[in-house]
Amino acid sequence: MDRRHFLKNTALASGALMVPAFLKPFEALGKSELRGHKNLVIIQLSGGNDGLNTIVPHGNDIYYQKRSTIAINKNDIVKLNDMQGFNPSLSALKEIYDQGWMSIINSVGYPNPDRSHFRSMDIWQTGSESNQFLTTGWIGRYLDSNCQTCSKPYTAIEVDDTLSLAMKGAKMKGIAVQDPGKLYQTTREPFFKDLVHEHSADNLSEDNLGYLYKTMIETYSSAEYIQNTSKTYTVNSEYPATQLGNQLKTVSKFINSGLQTRIYYVSLSGFDTHVRQQDQQARQLKIYGDAVAAFIKDLKQSGKLDDTLVMTFSEFGRRVEQNASNGTDHGTANNILIYGGKLKKAGFYNEAPDLSQLDNGDLKYQVDFRDVYATLLDKWLDVNNGQILTKRFAGLNFV
Amino acid sequence: MDDLKQIKHLFSRAGFGMRFDDVPAFSNVPVKQAVKSLLNSTDDALLSIPTDTDYTAAMKGDAASRKMFMQQQRQEEKDLNMAWMDKMMNTHAVLQEKMTLFWHNHFACRSNKAFFAQQLNNIQRSNALGSFRTMLFQVAEAPAMLQFLNNQQNQKNHPNENFAREVMELFTLGRGNYTEADVKESARAFTGYGFNKDGEFVVRKFFHDDGQKTFLGKTGNFTGEDILNMLLEKKETAHFICSKLYKYLVNEVPDAAHVNAMADVFYTSNYEIKPLLEYVFTADWFYDEKNTGNLVKSPVDFLVGLSRQFYITYDRPEVLLQFQKVLGQVLFYPPNVAGWPGGRNWIDSSSLMYRLKIPSTLLNGGLIDFEGKTDPEDEAYIATQRNAQQFVTNRVQSSVDWDKVFSGVPKNASNASIAGFILQPNVNNVILNKINSAADTKAMMIELVSTPEYQLC
Repeated sequence: MDRRHFLKNTALASGALMVPAFLKPFEALGKSELRGHKNLVIIQLSGGNDGLNTIVPHGNDIYYQKRSTIAINKNDIVKLNDMQGFNPSLSALKEIYDQGWMSIINSVGYPNPDRSHFRSMDIWQTGSESNQFLTTGWIGRYLDSNCQTCSKPYTAIEVDDTLSLAMKGAKMKGIAVQDPGKLYQTTREPFFKDLVHEHSADNLSEDNLGYLYKTMIETYSSAEYIQNTSKTYTVNSEYPATQLGNQLKTVSKFINSGLQTRIYYVSLSGFDTHVRQQDQQARQLKIYGDAVAAFIKDLKQSGKLDDTLVMTFSEFGRRVEQNASNGTDHGTANNILIYGGKLKKAGFYNEAPDLSQLDNGDLKYQVDFRDVYATLLDKWLDVNNGQILTKRFAGLNFV
Repeated sequence: MDDLKQIKHLFSRAGFGMRFDDVPAFSNVPVKQAVKSLLNSTDDALLSIPTDTDYTAAMKGDAASRKMFMQQQRQEEKDLNMAWMDKMMNTHAVLQEKMTLFWHNHFACRSNKAFFAQQLNNIQRSNALGSFRTMLFQVAEAPAMLQFLNNQQNQKNHPNENFAREVMELFTLGRGNYTEADVKESARAFTGYGFNKDGEFVVRKFFHDDGQKTFLGKTGNFTGEDILNMLLEKKETAHFICSKLYKYLVNEVPDAAHVNAMADVFYTSNYEIKPLLEYVFTADWFYDEKNTGNLVKSPVDFLVGLSRQFYITYDRPEVLLQFQKVLGQVLFYPPNVAGWPGGRNWIDSSSLMYRLKIPSTLLNGGLIDFEGKTDPEDEAYIATQRNAQQFVTNRVQSSVDWDKVFSGVPKNASNASIAGFILQPNVNNVILNKINSAADTKAMMIELVSTPEYQLC
């Protein structure tokens, strides 16, 4: 090797070695170094999705007795086993299920269930008891826990215009980003830019004014980081042209570009089906199933499925017996759907809901939803769930 | 602090901020007199939107009539929201409205019947500066609250404890001052409290449990009224309300000595609200440096204050509802019976960006290209809509009466004095330098209300 060649090689080699890791911004990390960065994606179905017509207990006669006009036809059901199967609108998910990338947890709920939408949603988002009012969300408290993986303001992103209570902690909060380009532009308006760049040091004190300035500056730099990082990756997979499809496509862009975010949150509305349920729910489930199937396949292709876990929940299920308007009314326990490339228990996590032992016409819960959260916190986000939930929960074994 | 500065502080806490043209009437006026004038500026007019939704149609279950019913119901809720916003933006009785907003959050309640919601709101308004005792009794008999806290289902031998629990935990004593047994026993006393189809309070004798109850250490055949009286006998109730009010009017961190003094005044006056407010607004500590310019405005406070200060009129008042949504406070839709937590909870990255952007959007006739989240209660309506709601970019269609704004600004006013008037926290050099390079006074004012400082009062 001649001298010139040698110098060039060592310069490169030593250059790379001599830059201490802590000086390297995340942005500069190679994609390979990001492998193992775990993502959690939460999909909220608002309005109380009817779990019994989503994962249909076709093997149980009681289901057909109680739902004479709105039960899903046996022949139409995408059967998964002798007892349960998909609503036909979820047919896109069959392939995902067959690959072992989906786990269904039946009968998830909590003691003394509340049938009001907003109260039950509050309980699910805060992780409270049904007679307890918390002002912080469970993800917000994860951000507050100051763990190694969650100190950045963009640790939790909600793909939406506004931030849900679930994402708000006492000290830290997630960030709402519907469109990274738009957020970037908003924060770059000249007047705000000047305030951010020229703010005086005493603006960052511990009082409320300091909090406002800190939030503004963090938003400013997060917007830049999110925009600059995410624009390096183009999603090539096809997504359905629905709002949820677009939101999950944005999440895919974020994950694949190497954004150092741990939690993504998206919601889909329209599940409160009191009247003529079949058409309405079919429409919403198709939007959901098609978008999620596209998302999971996209992640598989880009090699990120093993590092991603997706959880879908709704604030409650619906009553077992249909009502007089070909719909269903507010109920209690419901199923939770989990997706990921490395599930410990794919398929059905537990038994189908018991339709014979009801509590006043409603399903009895078998799994506390906070045991699901506990599993995500302990085994996926590497924090102790007891520090984040109201008490320590044992957790489950799906990951 | 000079008198005018104190009066400006008073207006920002006891009202929705001071306008330039309020100044002449209050310059050279002692603070005590300004307090009196605020306390005496009341308005007997209540909200009175027409509410004639036919609830029997909804029961028929016919899909078309149900859909129409839901539309009408939503329209009434919207009208009610707009009517209150309009009142706050235009009233002279600012303290009364500011306190109505406090009681709205204290006796937090949701009702899908605009008629009930309006009734409760008017109870809070007509007692806002009057008697807490009267208000508590009226709230306990209001259909909106009885329905919200399930007291229609509270019957002899099948008690529903929801109402009894929240009355103690959130409306009077506060946590830690009663036992689970007190909840159970008082729930029995409230059995039979309900309302008829005309929205009138009734005690359904047949459902009332008139047996003996032991409550807070006393035993007797207590009725709901007895329970409320016993709760008011406890000084903890005065203390609990005063602590909450201190956080609303003075500082998020309660000062024990100040709150105790307030509780003494409140309890001694038999829960009269006016003497309590007068005590707070005339206390030296109310004007302490650490108690000024440090409270985060609630979204409604922010929107009302801005609209008042700049005489904004809305051709499309619905835009105010959209703002409430993105900022996280929709009137009549508190997150739960505990109300909006307030303070820093109002602020996250997105709500702050909206707060910084909304003023220039309103004052410059800009576009709105965002929408708030759906409230969970609106899901049934959404489910009936065939197409997902299309996102529309809207022009705000508001107008500002700049002539009126400028007419109150003294001709020789310096930029610094204008900034000091519009912003409650001290104005730093960065802001001063910034506004000194603004094109004109109008541009300067728009910049001032687009700052983090403007979020505080």
